[in-house]
Amino acid sequence: MLARLEDYREVAPPGTVDLLYRLSEKVKGRSLLNINSTRFGGGVAEILTRLVPLLNELGVKATWEVIQGSDEFFAVTKSFHNALQGREQEISERMYQAYVEVNRENAKHLLFEADMILVHDPQPAALIEYGPRVGKWVWRCHLDISQPMRRVWRFLRNYVVKYDAAIFSLPTFAQKLPIPQFVMYPSIDPLSDKNRELGRREVNKILDRLGIPRDKPTLLQVSRFDQFKDPVGVIKAYRIVKKHNDCRLILAGGLADDDPEGKAVLDEVKESAGQDPDIHVLELPPNSNIEINALQRAATIVIQKSTKEGFGLTVSEAMWKGKPVIGGDAGGITVQILYYLTGYTVSSVEGAAFRIRYLLNNPQVARKMGADAKEHVRRNFLITRHLTDYLTLMSVLAER
Amino acid sequence: MHRVAKTPFEFVGCTELREILGSKAEDELQLMDLLEEVPIESIYHHTHQYFLRHQYLMGPYPNDFATWAATQVRDRVLGERLGVIDPYDFDTLEDLREALIAVIDDHLSRLLGVPRVEDGKPFYFMQSRRVEVPTGMVARTLQEFRDGLAKVDASAIYYHFYAARVRGNGRAGDFVVWVDRELQMPELAQQLRTIDPYTFSLEQLRDRLVEICDTVLIPGRQSDAGSS
Repeated sequence: MLARLEDYREVAPPGTVDLLYRLSEKVKGRSLLNINSTRFGGGVAEILTRLVPLLNELGVKATWEVIQGSDEFFAVTKSFHNALQGREQEISERMYQAYVEVNRENAKHLLFEADMILVHDPQPAALIEYGPRVGKWVWRCHLDISQPMRRVWRFLRNYVVKYDAAIFSLPTFAQKLPIPQFVMYPSIDPLSDKNRELGRREVNKILDRLGIPRDKPTLLQVSRFDQFKDPVGVIKAYRIVKKHNDCRLILAGGLADDDPEGKAVLDEVKESAGQDPDIHVLELPPNSNIEINALQRAATIVIQKSTKEGFGLTVSEAMWKGKPVIGGDAGGITVQILYYLTGYTVSSVEGAAFRIRYLLNNPQVARKMGADAKEHVRRNFLITRHLTDYLTLMSVLAER
Repeated sequence: MHRVAKTPFEFVGCTELREILGSKAEDELQLMDLLEEVPIESIYHHTHQYFLRHQYLMGPYPNDFATWAATQVRDRVLGERLGVIDPYDFDTLEDLREALIAVIDDHLSRLLGVPRVEDGKPFYFMQSRRVEVPTGMVARTLQEFRDGLAKVDASAIYYHFYAARVRGNGRAGDFVVWVDRELQMPELAQQLRTIDPYTFSLEQLRDRLVEICDTVLIPGRQSDAGSS
């Protein structure tokens, strides 16, 4: 059963839920239509699943529509996705046409009768061309488009400039645009399976099932097997640490269906791990939320040694469990980890190894960092803060 | 101690929507040049609104300009010089802008080159759209005031302590003014007035305010902080 707003009183900072009720009075009865391209899977769907019912509890008429498209359309938007994040792609005129055509067709069936229409990511961005301009249109970009393939961005930009505003997860992810651009961090749901409290017995049971002994300090990285997450770098750091501190390393992640490189990275990781019995490479199926929760709670230190990153919410997930995190100096990791206070950002294998050793040998520092990390997340990266952002956005745009 | 104020204290919280201005600095000269031209709201965002974004932990320096100089450019001297600027020493935000520019200008005049980000991140100028949110909590007595401080959303601490100084209650802020005028407790007001605003996160400040109230409400309780 989905949690209700009142359930968040126990996890949100003092006064937050009351403030949400008060803030919502400013936009009570107004309507908000979210549009994206998938109901299940991925961070956007995950957050909308929670935000939409909570907004309704607060008196906002929030709805969520999903555009329909052919396999060809989603192949095109996957190429767009990669191109906007800087990967060279071959995109033909026919592909641009397919994108436009699917947006035009969807616009015929969608009701755009809302005070605010929040369009998520590039897939449905062209809807604005065909929808009525009654409410405010806002484009919510969850991608890092700071270094896009120019041709694709120029194409998409033609639509984006027609919106009333755009939202990015970080200032560094944005582009120069003639419309107001706002920053909104993503968030985690502290009451979801991935983040809710788990008892020690439950954690132990799951670790037993995964074949992880609890006999020594555990280092953990949870992420897709992707070269930008640098799992091989994590193994190298572990080997440096291992000379002085006995510990285990768990690399847990999945393979995205649309990521052929993932398999090659996984093979490289397995080769690098060799026969070391203290390195556990776990291939987790999608929706292994409880397993990830248990692994994070069992870890001594959590690592997210990305060299390139979107927002990297696994960092907040681990911090919420009171763990100090050592992360790469990339993307949203730098706003989640307050250097020296809630963890460390590092730029090299050696840097990661040094910080791991320091924390393993100074458990009181690790405990303090973990406790501070949890409080930092409580105030900045929980869904309650995200709700505040949505209501504030609606309030601000209603005044314009 | 049991005085009842004629005008109750109404706790007001606030939320912010952060807006990207599209201007970024990659070296200290660019930072200075852009400081000259960005909207005054941006100066407010990076100096005053800074505290709203640090609810639980204080950053290493009490404004964004100092933090960037010290941690991204790795110019600790400029970071320290910008960090010690007290935004409330100035009558207007334009005066504060001038002071920030003067410090950077003076700093650069002593150097042969212009320090810039090498491995670090550029400085992105932002501004905030703020929404005031009356919390519905009111206090008529010191006890109610203390209890309100303890449980209100942290943004209300920001609104009354930091933002009030720009809205027109001078350096004192709303808490001091109300305690002094409405509760007619000048000694308590003086204790609140002496809190150093730059050494606390909002939660630490909340604890400190409650602690000071308790020294009056609880006989024998003494404040152990050095600022009063």
